[in-house]
Amino acid sequence: MQIGIPRESHAGETRVAATPQTVGALLTLGYSVVVESGAGDASSFSDAAYLEAGADVGDPWAAQVVLKVNAPNDAEIAALADHATLVSLISPALNPELVEKLSARPITVLAMDAVPRISRAQSLDVLSSMANIAGYRAVVESAHAFGRFFTGQVTAAGKVPPAKVLVVGAGVAGLAAIGAAGSMGAIVRATDPRPEVADQVKSLGGEYLYVDEEAAEVSATGYAKEMGEDYKVREAALYAEQAGDVDIIITTALIPGRPAPRIITAEMVASMKPGSVIVDMAAANGGNVEGTVKDQAIVTDNGVTIIGYTDLAGRLPATASQLYGTNLVNLLKLLTPEKDGQLTLNFDDVVQRSVTVVRDGETTWPPPPVQVSAAPAAAAAASVAIAEPKTPMSSARRIGITFTAAAVLFVLIALSPAALQVHLTVFALAIVIGYYVIGHVHHALHTPLMSVTNAISGIIVVGALLQIGHGSESGGAVVTTLATIAILLASINVFGGFAVTRRMLAMFSRS
Amino acid sequence: MFTLETTATAAYVVAALLFILALAGLSKHETSRSGNTFGMAGMAVALIATIALAISRHIEPLGIALLVGAMAIGAAIGLWRAKVVEMTGMPELIALLHSFVGLAAVLVGWNGYLHVEHEMSESGAGAEAALLSSQNLLGIHSAEVFIGVFIGAVTFTGSIVANLKLSARITSTPLMLPGKNFLNIGALVLFFALTVWFVITPALWLLIVVTALALLLGWHLVASIGGGDMPVVVSMLNSYSGWAAAASGFLLSNDLLIVTGALVGSSGAYLSYIMCKAMNRSFISVIAGGFGMESSGAGSDKDYGEHREITAENAAELLTSASSVIITPGYGMAVAQAQYGVADLTRKLRDRGISVRFGIHPVAGRLPGHMNVLLAEAKVPYDIVLEMDEINDDFDDTSVVLVIGANDTVNPAAADDPSSPIAGMPVLTVWNADNVIVFKRSMASGYAGVQNPLFFRDNTQMLFGDAKDRVDAINAALSVGEKV
Repeated sequence: MQIGIPRESHAGETRVAATPQTVGALLTLGYSVVVESGAGDASSFSDAAYLEAGADVGDPWAAQVVLKVNAPNDAEIAALADHATLVSLISPALNPELVEKLSARPITVLAMDAVPRISRAQSLDVLSSMANIAGYRAVVESAHAFGRFFTGQVTAAGKVPPAKVLVVGAGVAGLAAIGAAGSMGAIVRATDPRPEVADQVKSLGGEYLYVDEEAAEVSATGYAKEMGEDYKVREAALYAEQAGDVDIIITTALIPGRPAPRIITAEMVASMKPGSVIVDMAAANGGNVEGTVKDQAIVTDNGVTIIGYTDLAGRLPATASQLYGTNLVNLLKLLTPEKDGQLTLNFDDVVQRSVTVVRDGETTWPPPPVQVSAAPAAAAAASVAIAEPKTPMSSARRIGITFTAAAVLFVLIALSPAALQVHLTVFALAIVIGYYVIGHVHHALHTPLMSVTNAISGIIVVGALLQIGHGSESGGAVVTTLATIAILLASINVFGGFAVTRRMLAMFSRS
Repeated sequence: MFTLETTATAAYVVAALLFILALAGLSKHETSRSGNTFGMAGMAVALIATIALAISRHIEPLGIALLVGAMAIGAAIGLWRAKVVEMTGMPELIALLHSFVGLAAVLVGWNGYLHVEHEMSESGAGAEAALLSSQNLLGIHSAEVFIGVFIGAVTFTGSIVANLKLSARITSTPLMLPGKNFLNIGALVLFFALTVWFVITPALWLLIVVTALALLLGWHLVASIGGGDMPVVVSMLNSYSGWAAAASGFLLSNDLLIVTGALVGSSGAYLSYIMCKAMNRSFISVIAGGFGMESSGAGSDKDYGEHREITAENAAELLTSASSVIITPGYGMAVAQAQYGVADLTRKLRDRGISVRFGIHPVAGRLPGHMNVLLAEAKVPYDIVLEMDEINDDFDDTSVVLVIGANDTVNPAAADDPSSPIAGMPVLTVWNADNVIVFKRSMASGYAGVQNPLFFRDNTQMLFGDAKDRVDAINAALSVGEKV
């Protein structure tokens, strides 16, 4: 099958659905690729680069599979070939009329933003890969608008304090922002209604601010939920306190398909220091911040910049295209199990079912719900229950066993004839010495240990040496024969064992 | 004053102490070579004393000739094998050497019988038998013969089977005879019954029966254990060979044999114990059968997600941008003979100022400490080769982990999933590193038959193919980078 990569028609869109690198990956799946001329210009991928990667440059709309970034406009829907498959961002939940228009055509439509949040599908989760870029870019935008260093410095010209950054929401975007701001040297704090993310925040160098420890909340969908009233009051108090202290606020609170929660009020913005910056990453859905203007950066009366860009990911076009393109490649890998360039949809696979919005003109949205558990509370409890399989032996029991063994040994030795007792004494002491000596042997030397013990267990040759050579006695010939064989075998052990140990030990060298 | 007998006894005490010094020397790399020298010195002292003793006991000229001839041939064979053996073939060689000790113990035991009991029943009263009877020791002697032959024969066939399995001349999958545990226990019960019988009426046919029984038991015992449990089996056989020597010592009233046998026996037992602890399994469960008998199907249909692949070039890129790298090798590295490539890679990365270390799981490979020897052979300095407990806390700060031919020893299920068959087994916590690259032939599961969730983690990438080829490809990619 042929894959078409059109140039994005949406104004301001800088991304493209395939890069020269992902074209190579698509070719290995058995597809041929045709790229519209100039499709990659905004991401700095030239037509020549695509050609070099093995794609053709031409009309992408005749292809049976069309990969796009944004949802198609009416003209593009009409341009699709019959029975073609379109893969792009659709937001089916927010755009029912678009789904209707798409289902009017005999085509199949897969929505990249409808990938279920299960670990198996992470490699095709566009929302995650774009949020990661957007979070990074949000920090870059804020740094650009902020008139100071992020990192604290002590210079000859005086001391500069580090910037304080508050990240609201520690999802993918939030975590990326925490990492980026932290690596620039800022003091980073983060909030999130899900306390289980505290460790992730800490691992990136941020400080997790607890709103309320009792309101522990484990989300079953992988997204944070909107919280109860009581919680909101305490949360608001926390943000009011932080707003006066921090220099930069980056808000990422977004619940898919719903208006963004209002987190930072006008009073909080007013309480911030002049020159402070707010990046509202939820601007597309109404914004987390009162006063956000979609797609614009505004400056409030008290000198706080509020950035409401909705194209943060698109502001790193090359990376965004690369990651989006890789997400598409991973989806196509799933859809092309034979790597023969034939796209097959398997509705038994929950991932494939979930992304399919329209199948051959028939609406299949919404898909049956997929239960995702980010941190299942029940499983955690279960693991605690099983976590005590072997308790160490109690000291009373240990002493009991030792005394029993000692008593048994005592009886056995007491019953032995005197001549044997001497040997048993030697035997018992040798075992104890052996145990302690071997206990100190370095792990790395266990193989030489085995070969050296092999060599010295060849000491059995002593037994055979004393038995050989009494052929004149009755049965002596047989004894001598057997003893000769035993000497031969044991000698192999003695000489071979020591020699190979020597060879091995000579190989160990220090750096 | 000095008699030959007292001199020999003194020599034996010195030899025994030298053997203990030899083992003690192995506690550190620095002293290990002198330890081996002590061992050789001890052996030389013991042999000279024994030969002197044998000559003083009026050995026949033919006997001396045979003695010297057998020793010379044995020494030649031993030295030759030691010189040519591949380090990857060490497990086979060691198993084979165990079998020699076992067989020698059987032969010594048989001789003991022929010399004493048999002679007594033939001629009515042999000199030795009369002496033993007067001390009430004849029954003990018979029991010693029996025990020595039994342990020796079990060691012999067990080691032969282990050798065949390790050298892949027979399949390493466990043999599953119906009621195999009953067969083993039955053989032991029968052995005790036969011992009692033999002590009461020593007879040649009883000795033949017990030898055959022990040979069968040894074969069955090891045949029913799978390839991945071989470290335990080999150290178990090491222990047995020691006990066999000790039993011969009792038989011949020779304290040197007893001491040496006990040293070797407790050494093998201790190693087996370490191996079992490293797999979180009891010794009995290893002997009683392999992994996954009861629970293999349980997790197989679980959805772990998609794994990601990486190319050798990208892996090289990842490695050059890393600040610290840990390599965790397993048996797969030995199979693919990849240790030289790995050593080369280590040198290349260290030249670039990247910290490279190795993390060795106690049961990695088919022999305790096998990986250390392979890496040493490839000239990897031993001070960057660390054991699991030393390195497990460092994975958090590690940029890249290379998992080469290891599977179960890096399985997070052992730590996370209480229902997993390997739950509770201590493992290398490689998944805490920023990136994990797994070298693997395919997505097949490891020895334990357990799927490895590590392969599906977000920070894990798979590098499929022969480990040696892949490592060489990374080396090639690194060299290209150097020239630019």
